[in-house]
Amino acid sequence: MTVLQRRLARALPANEAWRPRRRLQRLLDQAGPLLRRPGFVVALLLVLFTLVAALAPWLFTQFDPYATQPSAKLLPPSLSHWFGTDELGRDLYTRVLYGARLSVEAALLAVGLALVCGLGLGIVSGFVGGRLDAVIMRLVDVLLALPGLLLALAIVTAIGFGTLPVAVAVGVGIIPGFARTTRAEVLRIKTLPYVEAARLGGASWGRTLLRHVLPNAWGPVAVLATLDIGAAILATAGLSFLGFGAAPPAAEWGTLIANGRHFLITAPWVSLLPGLFLVLVVFSLNHIARTFEEVQR
Amino acid sequence: MSRYLLGRIAQAVLVLWGAYSITYFILYLLPGDPLSIMLSASGMEIDALSPEQLAKARSYYGLDQGLIERYFDLLWGVLQGDLGQSLTLDRPVTEILAERLPQTLALAGLAIALSLVGGVGLAYLAAYVRWQPLKVFLARLPALGFAVPVFWMGLLLIQVFAFGLGWFPATGSAGFDSLVLPALTLAIPSAAVYAQVLQRGFQDVWREPYIVTAWAKGLSRAQVQARHAFRNAALPLLTLVGLQVGNTVSGAVLVETIFARNGVGRLVQEAVLRQDIPLVLAVVTVSAAAFVLVNLLVDLLYPILDPRITHAPKVS
Repeated sequence: MTVLQRRLARALPANEAWRPRRRLQRLLDQAGPLLRRPGFVVALLLVLFTLVAALAPWLFTQFDPYATQPSAKLLPPSLSHWFGTDELGRDLYTRVLYGARLSVEAALLAVGLALVCGLGLGIVSGFVGGRLDAVIMRLVDVLLALPGLLLALAIVTAIGFGTLPVAVAVGVGIIPGFARTTRAEVLRIKTLPYVEAARLGGASWGRTLLRHVLPNAWGPVAVLATLDIGAAILATAGLSFLGFGAAPPAAEWGTLIANGRHFLITAPWVSLLPGLFLVLVVFSLNHIARTFEEVQR
Repeated sequence: MSRYLLGRIAQAVLVLWGAYSITYFILYLLPGDPLSIMLSASGMEIDALSPEQLAKARSYYGLDQGLIERYFDLLWGVLQGDLGQSLTLDRPVTEILAERLPQTLALAGLAIALSLVGGVGLAYLAAYVRWQPLKVFLARLPALGFAVPVFWMGLLLIQVFAFGLGWFPATGSAGFDSLVLPALTLAIPSAAVYAQVLQRGFQDVWREPYIVTAWAKGLSRAQVQARHAFRNAALPLLTLVGLQVGNTVSGAVLVETIFARNGVGRLVQEAVLRQDIPLVLAVVTVSAAAFVLVNLLVDLLYPILDPRITHAPKVS
């Protein structure tokens, strides 16, 4: 037995035939190198914390986000009130956690809408080609020429104020980016040999699209989606900062920051600390997206 | 060349028309009764009016026409330079815009200049510095710029430079002093974009053969970077400046609201709050026009700055 064979035998027990790796195993193999990056882990933990807080904010705080306490108004950050209190004595840390629900919901809704419409347009455009492609791409050009916030403002004017309209308005604004990225990917993959092989093997266009093109076009679109969740959080916060989002008593990141503006001289933490939390969440999302992008290359 | 020019201008006009049409149909077609929105915007309750008065109001706002008919009516007005009448301010929209535009143009102009200086400066420094920790720090800085919302940065700057240090006024639109903080706020996200793209440009350019030639001629590192690397790495910035106009306009809405400046951005924020549909339509159209115009200029400037484009053989 040569050295090589012995090593092989140790690596691969002889009686165990080679099997394709299970999906879970593949996922773990991919996640391994990522988890060894400290920056990525911290970002992931913060995003997970925000997601859990959006689902069950009461786990992390014992205060009520709407309970006013006039004697404890505008307290600076302390051990019992981590982010201080606002002008009605409500605990700001609690309000940020409860606000995560509306903000995260709005951002996910916006990106979901953009993902569905953008993927649809991009696939149709890239797959069908011809006149339809030209028409859709001109439409995308036009949408790109409208500044994002102004398009959102026009939509909000027409369909009214609130978290849901703001989410829809932001979502429509990010459709063009998805449509373009998807189209580019579909065009690239359409010419690859395995698509031809699938067609020769008798698969219908629909099956080829769903089983062979779409899973492979997914990567860059997923990166864009992660980046756009951060952008959507910023955009919805911006719109509610302008006064078009959730109505005042509700806690929402943009309205929290907007509300704190009036106490900037005496109590800067009321708007700056919720804003800092927002910055950290968006920064983490962007960092995660960038890491994925690097890994894919 | 002139054929290219004509084609490019025709394309720009087409995009502008598309932008106007999409905005028109968003504002007038989506659910929500334009008449009741317009009446409440002018301070009247729809329930308090008799049917005759309603019919009169309908024809006053041009709502008795069909959707398409009104569209062509408005479009014809736009072509003649008439953007309609504001509902809440009761004045022609063009007059209001002419009053507010200079403020926003000054803000946007200074912001674009600042963002170019800041972004290019940062990337230039990051490429020049050789002490690794500082280099890494400078290279990571732009990523933070993306994550910081404009409105929060504005509040932070007000807190530090207006209330803390007292160098600049916190709000208002009088004089150059009041322009500094808003322009700085508006410049930061664009500067981050420029810095990131230029950094990538430098990374690619350093490997080019002409850089090796420049080294071989005996130029110093500073000379190579300034004369040979920078000019080639900076070309993509020109396209980006055009694309960033949209972000600058979006940011101007937020910045003017925070700093209480009398510009177009605050105008549109107030118009949306009061649901002044003609005013919103006009501002969106004007900003789309600015975007299209700047990008047209960039496209026309490109062959002058990079002659390789015009000499490149045509691929058909």
